[in-house]
Parts: sequence; structure tokens; C-alpha cells
Amino acid sequence: MTGPLVTIDDITCRFGKRTALQGICADIAPGQVTGLVGPDGAGKTTLIRLIAGLLRPHSGHITVCGFDSVGQAEAIHGVVGYMPQRFGLYEDLTVAENLNLNADLRAVTGQERSQAFERLLGFTGLAPFTKRLAGALSGGMKQKLGLACTLIRPPRLLLLDEPSVGVDPLSRRELWRMVHELVDQGIGVLWSTAYLDEAERCGSVLLLNDGKLLNSGAPRGMTDRISGRTFVVRGLDPAGKRLVLDRARQRVGVIDALIQGRNIRLVMAEGAAAPTANELEAGADAAVEPVRPRFEDAFVSLLRGQGLTSNTGALPQGRTSETPPGDPDAVVEARDLTRRFGSFTAVDRISFAVRRAEIFGLLGPNGAGKSTTFKMLCGLLPITSGTARLTGLSLAEAPALARARLGYMSQKFSLYPDLSVQQNLEFFAGAYGLSGRTRREAVGGMKEGFGLEPFAASNAGELPLGFKQRLALACAIMHGPAILFLDEPTSGVDPLTRREFWSHINAMAGQGVTVLVTTHFMDEAEYCDRVGIVYGGVMIATASPDDLKEQARTPDLPDPSLEDAFIRLIERHDRDRKAAA
Amino acid sequence: MMTQGAARRLRLKGLVVKETLQILRDPSSLLIAFVLPVLLLLLFGYGVSLDANHIRIALVVENPTPEAERFIASFANSSYFEVDVMRHRATAEEDLVAGRMDGVVVLRADFAARLGQWDMAPIQLLLDGTEANTAHIVRGYAEGVWLAWARQEAMSRGLPIAIPVVAEPRIWFNPELRSRNFLVPGLIAINMTLIGTLLTSLVVAREWERGTMEALISTQTGLPELLAGKLIPYFVLGMTAMALSVAMAVFQFGVPIRGSLMVLFGASAIFLVGALAMGLLISTVTRNQFVAGQVAIVSGFLPAFMLSGFVFEIGSMPGWIQVLTHAVAARYFVSTLQTVFLAGDIWSVILPDLGAMTLIALVFLAATSVRTRKRLD
Repeated sequence: MTGPLVTIDDITCRFGKRTALQGICADIAPGQVTGLVGPDGAGKTTLIRLIAGLLRPHSGHITVCGFDSVGQAEAIHGVVGYMPQRFGLYEDLTVAENLNLNADLRAVTGQERSQAFERLLGFTGLAPFTKRLAGALSGGMKQKLGLACTLIRPPRLLLLDEPSVGVDPLSRRELWRMVHELVDQGIGVLWSTAYLDEAERCGSVLLLNDGKLLNSGAPRGMTDRISGRTFVVRGLDPAGKRLVLDRARQRVGVIDALIQGRNIRLVMAEGAAAPTANELEAGADAAVEPVRPRFEDAFVSLLRGQGLTSNTGALPQGRTSETPPGDPDAVVEARDLTRRFGSFTAVDRISFAVRRAEIFGLLGPNGAGKSTTFKMLCGLLPITSGTARLTGLSLAEAPALARARLGYMSQKFSLYPDLSVQQNLEFFAGAYGLSGRTRREAVGGMKEGFGLEPFAASNAGELPLGFKQRLALACAIMHGPAILFLDEPTSGVDPLTRREFWSHINAMAGQGVTVLVTTHFMDEAEYCDRVGIVYGGVMIATASPDDLKEQARTPDLPDPSLEDAFIRLIERHDRDRKAAA
Repeated sequence: MMTQGAARRLRLKGLVVKETLQILRDPSSLLIAFVLPVLLLLLFGYGVSLDANHIRIALVVENPTPEAERFIASFANSSYFEVDVMRHRATAEEDLVAGRMDGVVVLRADFAARLGQWDMAPIQLLLDGTEANTAHIVRGYAEGVWLAWARQEAMSRGLPIAIPVVAEPRIWFNPELRSRNFLVPGLIAINMTLIGTLLTSLVVAREWERGTMEALISTQTGLPELLAGKLIPYFVLGMTAMALSVAMAVFQFGVPIRGSLMVLFGASAIFLVGALAMGLLISTVTRNQFVAGQVAIVSGFLPAFMLSGFVFEIGSMPGWIQVLTHAVAARYFVSTLQTVFLAGDIWSVILPDLGAMTLIALVFLAATSVRTRKRLD
């Protein structure tokens, strides 16, 4: 093998006062996929832009195919294919027009051009859609078109910035297949992602967190370091699993404990023995078994090794929520819920019911209809047809009463960044109609329960991510709602912050709050008691994550992942639809 | 592998085709380029008039002598006024206060008698100062009528009175003083500013917002192609809109063109390049459609409207604002437009205008190429 395609030598990059990247040293090799893995804001995009010669570092050097990224950026543009986030497509141009433009830009003409088009349209499966506007393509098809545009003149290095985020798992898998074909031709690929499960598919991984390179090398090297330290507690009583989780967390030597479907996953500190089922009081049928470590386990272990901890024990106390009236098996109930925008049906006859104190997830790619369903349930969007009931109340008949029983936290946190923590809490207390003593008690309780007191006077916008998340959650539950809606609450956050957040959610479910979550992260879905899989506006399955995986089990695939299950369901759904048509 | 130059031309072609397709598919581009100009032309052509017509005047005649009748007649004969003759000053004053009258002319009982006795048969004018423009016109006209009448009377009576020098205006270029004749050509400058600056600033900022610019600059596309790829399609769009405006001015509003079409289109081309470069500069600096739109309106559209002499006379602005107007390209363009339409190819006016517009265009082009970098920082 020849030398590296890219050499990154002690790169530091700042934006104003913020340091986006600090002292990064790494190599990117040809003929393999290098994963650039890390949570949002870790500096992935900045590093990619530096390699593409689109940004200048404050110090350090990057050499790409022998060219300096600052002085010879033009030469780099000739040998690198770059697909930015959102794919860099012109949505008002057709597939063919986008390809033509990129062929012109890359000086590919005549026979070479027609051959490239034929090859790429076959490769991406876009041949039937050449006359379709790029804006009218699905997320997966856009991603393939974006990739095709960068491949018209085969590059030596392909930079893909979060190519798979929010894309359905089938398209994601196809993209990986395509990228592996490219790698076989000797192209070097840098693939950035916030999905930690993707790291395991890469030949090499650069793990970024908070602007620093935590680790680089083969993903196996990272997981090998914690081999023998990962366990699963099986055979738990579903009702008691959250108590077991709390016990596990409190044990010395446990560096990570989290719910995974019906089971609890444990990562032990170096040299610490795994607790027995008895020690965890996990029940008579429970057993602790060793499992193969995942990349995420290694990441968490690395972060903990840096002395990073998070507050995972605190139980936030909302105002004690009274047990709401109505059927405890259908605290949230959607029946044939449909929403059309013009001729487009965003949500098509979705039905499901959520039990009291259950954590229910809506899992699906971007544009599948998760958020639309959510907004209809919360009364933020009128329903085209069907019914939505919260604690037995119809949103159409008693909107105010139904809304008083729900708390809503959106992906963007909906905080006022220029108001202090105290002011945010007081504002939301006022918005929920709390006044006088109730209000003071609610605000005080939230500050105490979420450990926000030291930050009471700081502006919400300046809080660290984890505290921002706590504050947003505090603002959503201050009025003691019986139902909590979380719209992509931990997409792209680092695993520690995510764990902390979910410990609060688990605690709330333990207190009887019903929780609904949307997500496009497979592993986030595994924290839920049950998930509904949404695809193309249709709910194609509702079951516990374990049952879904069980259904996908085949002799070829003895231990399917939730993603495998999802893909099988999509394939079956598409087949059924074709048969019906 | 093709040569550098051929690759450049191919990239430019690709960008121009792309931009043209986008313009044709984007209703908002066509709206700003064609519907808005037509709307503005109709509005200013028909709706806004700076001419004094049908000004309501109360003539208070306390003693209806023949001399007073003759005075009244010269007022009533004018197409500018609608005259209401009254006997009592109090009623007229009431009407003025209530806004039913734009002005009051009072002829006192001894008005005619005082002519020639070291006196000039004084009249009194009451004007509504809140309508300064109308007040001006009434005053000027009333003075004129009064002087003409006084001379006539003096001559017919053989009175040796000293009549002050009377200026007899002869109005060149726009003898009927139709404001439409100078508003409509001036409006072309406004329309071109809208298309050149506002539209262009929006479309480039849009590329930044949607992330397509990032994909573009990561290819070998050079700055000249990038800029020309934006300038050429919008230049064609702007010139088309300009031709439409000229056609409307001539055929719809009957504005004469006394100069040559070549000068008209040449000057427009120079102005348009400057406006486009300004739009590009704005969007390159802001990279955000909302901010770009605001900046384009404040720094492009409003100055073109207020500081170009299109509606508001530059000569009557405070000194420092007059200085400021020299930086507004529209000022020179409005002057050229009004000259070419109403006077002809007056090179002594047009050449300095063209020179100034060229200079401003070059400054913006230079600033744009300096500011546009193939980098994100």
C-alpha cells in the first residue's frame, strides 16, 4: 500500500473565541472508508472543509494527495469529490440537469460524459428518474444523486459530510454498498457521521469529541480495548427493569448501564467484575451474560476515562402529577390519524395506543411523517381525518384541557437563549398558568431537581449542551404533565449527555409519566418500551424493539439489529404495496 | 484532457444554463423582473402625478366690478384651477380650513380703484401650507395672472404705472410639464435597480443558505466563471425587463424618445452591470437572503428612489445630501434617461453620466472579486 492520501498535521481551527478543532493529527489512507465519527459540534464538518481547502486552519498543515490545503486548494479541488451536508444539489433542477451541470464543472464531455452518466445512473438506480426535480426526490435518492454528482470524474478522495443522517436504513445500506465499490477501485473515502453504529463498518475511525481527536485507528482496536468488560442482563421483569438499571448505575465498577430493549447493557471498569443477577436484585429469571463490545461502549469508556462524568442519578421531581382519568392502556391514542398537505399525504391512517408510564418511540427516516404525527397529537397541526385522544380527551373537543396534560420538548429546545435560566423557567411557568406560590415552588423544584441552581443567572444560550437539555426538559415538565412529547431529543448529542438525558426520562416514566419520542437513531429507539416504525407516512409495525428483532431473525442472521428489522419491514411493505397496486 | 480555456468555457456554459433554468422555474424571479416593473410603471404612470391640475380656488370678490370680472375670467380660463366665486371672505376661509379649497384669492372692495395710485391693486392670497407643492403653484400662478391683468388694465386705462419685469417662461423639452414624461423614464432606473441589486443579492445568498455554493466552490470552478455565471443570465433578464419598460413608456404612456435607442440601451447596460455587481457584493458579504434583501433595499432601492433626482429634485436637497447623491449610480442613470427620452443625445450630459456609472460599476466589480473567495471563512 502507498502512503496516506491525506496527512493532517497538528491542525487547530478557531471561530472567534470558540476553538472548533485543537491539535488534530491524523492520516487518511486510500482504498478504505475512514469514519469521521463524533457528536454534533465535535468539529467533523470543520475538519472536512479544511481538507477540501474551503477553510484555512489557524495553525498546522493538511496535505491532500501531495497538495497543501492552503496554497494549492485549486489542485485539491481537481482530485477531491466533496458532498456537503444536504448534498449540495439544486432542488429546482432535474436529476439530469444536476448531473449535466456537474459534468460541465468537472470538464467531462462527449463520450466520456455519456459513459459516466450511464455508469452512475445504473450505480445509483436513478435511471428512471432523470426528469424528476431533485427537490421531489426522497432523502435516500437525493443522497445518491449528490454522490453521483461528485463521482462524474472519479476522485482520488471522496469527502462525505453526514451522508446518511436521517436517511432511511435501506438507502443507508445501499449507500454503504456503493461506497465499498468505490473503495475497491482504490478511492479513499472520508465518511462523517454521528451514528456510532456506523463506525464499526469503517476501515479506520477518527473519533472526534469537542474539537479533540479521542482516538484513531481501526474500530476493532477500540472495541478490543474493552473486550471482556461488556455484559447484558437478560430475563428481566419489564416492570422492574428501571429499578435494576438504577441499582446497576450505583454499583462501583459500572461505568455504563443502559436499557437496550428488554435488557440492560453494562460496561465495567477495567479489572472490575460484573455484578451477578442476584446482586442487582434482577429477579429469579435474570442472568448476566458477556456480549461483544460495541463502538459506543468504547466511546463511553474513553469519555469516562477522561474523567468526564455526568449526573445520572438525580430524580427530577415535576409537580406531582395526579393519575389522569381515562383508560390506563390508552393514555395516548391515535386512530386513523391522517394529514394531507395539498395532494401529498404526509401521514396516512396511523393508529396506535400508548399505555400509562410507557416510553413509546416513533422511529423513521426524515420526512416519514414522525413530526407531523407528533404535531397532530399535541394539537399543533389540524388533523385531516381520524382522531387523537390524550388521556381520553379529544383534542378537537377539549383542546385546552388536553393540552394542559402534555409537555412538549422540541429538537431545538425552544428556549430563549438571551434569557437567564431563572427567567426561562419563570416564563414557562407563567405560560402554563402557574402563579404565586405554585409558581415559586415549581421553579424552585426544577432548579433543584435538575441541578440548575449554579446557572440560575446565566443565559440559556451559554449553557453547556447537557444543561441546555436539562433546562429544556424542566421547562416542558414544570406543570406536571401526564404525557411528555420529545421530538428527537438527543439526536447527535454525545453519548454521555444522551445517557444523562435518558436517565431523567426513565425516572419520569418510573413516576407514571407517559413518554412519546421521535427519533431516527436506531440505538435511541432501543431505549423505548415499544416503537412504531414510520415509513412513507405509514406505520409499518408497532412492537417492542426485541419483538421486532425477533421477527427479523433468520438462519443467516441469528442476531439481527433493529436496523436489520427495519430494513426487512421496509422491504415487506414495498412488496405488499407493489402487489396491491 | 481539454485545455484550461476550454474547461473554463464549459464551466461557464454549465453555470449559465443552470442559472437560466432556475430563473425560468422560479416564479419570484419572474415576478421581480417583469410583474413588479409593470406594476410600478402603471402606478407611477397613472396614479402618481406631480402636475397641478384642478386646484380648487375660492375667489372672494367683495365688489364685482368689471375689472374684477376680467380678473376672475383669467383665472377661470386656466385648466389648472376650478374657481368658485364668493362674496364673503369668511365662507372662503372656512372652506380653506376644512380642506374644501386649496387656496383663496381675495379681491377687496377697493381693489380696482387702488390701481395706479402709487399702489398696485393689491390682492390677498390665503394658502394651505400643508400642501406645499400646491401652495407654490397657486402662488406663482396667482401672481402671474395678477401681473398680466394689472398690465392689461393699466394699458387700457393709459395709466403710467411701473410694472415690474415679467418673466415669460418658455418650457423646453416637456412643454406641457407632464410629470409622467420624466417619472416614467426615471422609473426605468428604479426597475433596473430592483432586478440588478435586489434579485441578484437574493439568488446568490440563496446558494449560500442551501449549501449549493459550498458544493460549487469545492470544484475547480474559478472566480471569473462563478461571477460571470451569475452576471450573464441576470444581465439578459435585466435588459429584457428594460426593453419592456421602454416599450411601455413609449406605447402606453406616450413618452417621447428624442435620443437614440442605442444610447439608451448602452447606458442601461453600463448601469445594469454596476447594479448586478452591487447585488453580488451584498450577497457575498451577507450570505443570508433576509439580510441581503434588507441591505439591497436600503443601499440600492431607496437611494435610487430618493437620491437619484427621479422624484425629488437634487438641487433642493441639503448640501451634504447632494454630495452623497454623487455615489448613487441611479442619479447618473436617471439624468441620462431623462435626457435621452426628453431632450435627445446631449453628449455633454450623457458622457459625464456614463463615465460616472462606469466608474461605480468598476468599483463594485472590483470589490466583488476581492470579497468573493473560494473559501467559507
